[in-house]
Amino acid sequence: MSEVAFTPNEMMTIAASRALKNDDVCFVGIGAPSAACNVARLTHAPDITLIYESGTIGTAPDVLPLSIGDGELCETAVTTVAVPEMFRYWLQGGRISIGFLGAAQLDKFGNINTTVIGDYFHPKTRLPGGGGAPEIATSSKEIYITMAQTKRGMVEKIDFFTSFGHGEGGDHRKRLGIGTAGPTLLITDLAIWKPDPVTKEFTVVSLHPGVTRKQVQESCGWVVKFAEALDETPAPSELELKTLRDLQARTKAAHEGTGKGKAA
Amino acid sequence: MVKFLPLKQSVAENLSNGDTVAFEGFTHLIPTAAAHEAIRQGFRDLTLIRMTPDLIYDQMIGMGMAKKIVFSYIGNPGVGLLRRARDAIENDFPRSIAIEEHSHAGMANAYEAGAAGLPCAVFRGYRGAGLADVNPNIRSVTCPFTGEVLAAVPSIRPDVTFIHAQKADRKGNVLVEGIIGIQKEAVLAAKRAVVTVEEVVDNFDDLHPNLTVLPRWIISAISVVPGGSHPSYAHGYYVRDNTAYLEWDEIAADREKFQAWMQANVIERTADDFAARVEHLRKSA
Repeated sequence: MSEVAFTPNEMMTIAASRALKNDDVCFVGIGAPSAACNVARLTHAPDITLIYESGTIGTAPDVLPLSIGDGELCETAVTTVAVPEMFRYWLQGGRISIGFLGAAQLDKFGNINTTVIGDYFHPKTRLPGGGGAPEIATSSKEIYITMAQTKRGMVEKIDFFTSFGHGEGGDHRKRLGIGTAGPTLLITDLAIWKPDPVTKEFTVVSLHPGVTRKQVQESCGWVVKFAEALDETPAPSELELKTLRDLQARTKAAHEGTGKGKAA
Repeated sequence: MVKFLPLKQSVAENLSNGDTVAFEGFTHLIPTAAAHEAIRQGFRDLTLIRMTPDLIYDQMIGMGMAKKIVFSYIGNPGVGLLRRARDAIENDFPRSIAIEEHSHAGMANAYEAGAAGLPCAVFRGYRGAGLADVNPNIRSVTCPFTGEVLAAVPSIRPDVTFIHAQKADRKGNVLVEGIIGIQKEAVLAAKRAVVTVEEVVDNFDDLHPNLTVLPRWIISAISVVPGGSHPSYAHGYYVRDNTAYLEWDEIAADREKFQAWMQANVIERTADDFAARVEHLRKSA
């Protein structure tokens, strides 16, 4: 096997991209999910439908958008609809198979906080808030989450429930009348996690190449559970790495190219 | 009936202290020139509504113009936080500000209900979400047919909505295309609507019949401001100035730097300065 050097972040994006299927209809969160979804489209899932909350359906951007509404998304989309239609017909209407979210703060049941650090009314840090996430989290058939591990990010107790995962675990979603599956996959820079079928607590099922259990625990704020049969995530292939790096290089060049005083 | 006016006059005739106002644009077609004119005219005690308050609301909040903000995502998309808005929420600087926070689905439904003349919007939302605990305007209703408990939020009815669009015809009908966001609903929900456009064309005779055209009789005033949505973009005219969004993060991080930037780039400028700002962002056709 040829060994190609890669970073933990590259491994995260590529592992996340592999989770997406060619027939998925994916509501794409900004940041890490956007890179993963487009790598999937450019490798094994050419027909995947990528949807951004700006109303762009079936988009195929050549570079990653900085915002969720860059012109590239609209120019390459199958169709672009108004924002109320996006949320009413397409999301609430049950057309989305995967909602792909990032997180500032995450707990072991897949609940996400992107609203505040500290008290809501007297916040220590006011974060941007939920945007589309509260309803993406409950109306998409399944939720995938991707984030780099830190003790600050992966915490025992989140400060605010921006979007609901499995709540307190178990059948909490069902008790609130939420009929969708919720978080079914977490991809970090160190591991792949899946919820326990009963408790719904995220459990490590696969370690990325060279990663130890100790590293996973040291960068996570809760006591980590590991599956009995722990897999090793296959290393990125040359094609996957090249696709991701080319995409990031095109993106960097495009965003710098729109700078003041530079030719567009 | 619609009037074509210089931007200064459109803003002066339609905005007042204490108004509830929406400057809408979902990443695309953000009405920056209109917001900057409102800043120059120094309005006070505004209630600012917008799904994605970005740079223009950071600027208006930083200038102390807002007493309340209604929003669903208070960030600089793809860059990070809005630092003037944070300073107001976290430190009451330059003044305290009330917040009413929703999700995108909540606000999109609320605008649509406003456009439809309804008192509230009903949708499947906020289940398990913390916002329902901190925002008293997020309530619930039970479906009389199925018994399903659904979220309800009051409709949005601004005193005035400002949007930017690609073009108007000579009669004052307005074409919006590309990512159309919430513009049509925001215009129809408001008592008055002011539109800035890139250009005026003779007529819309050659347009496809299903495009988003706002008829002239729902618009109060139109002002021609080429480049008027910079650093946002106008589909078909110029691309998004992503660098300006990245630079804003640094400008807004510091109170004095912010004031100096506002003085040099807003207070001492006019709507006519926008055209030059997008010159390097125009794509060759």
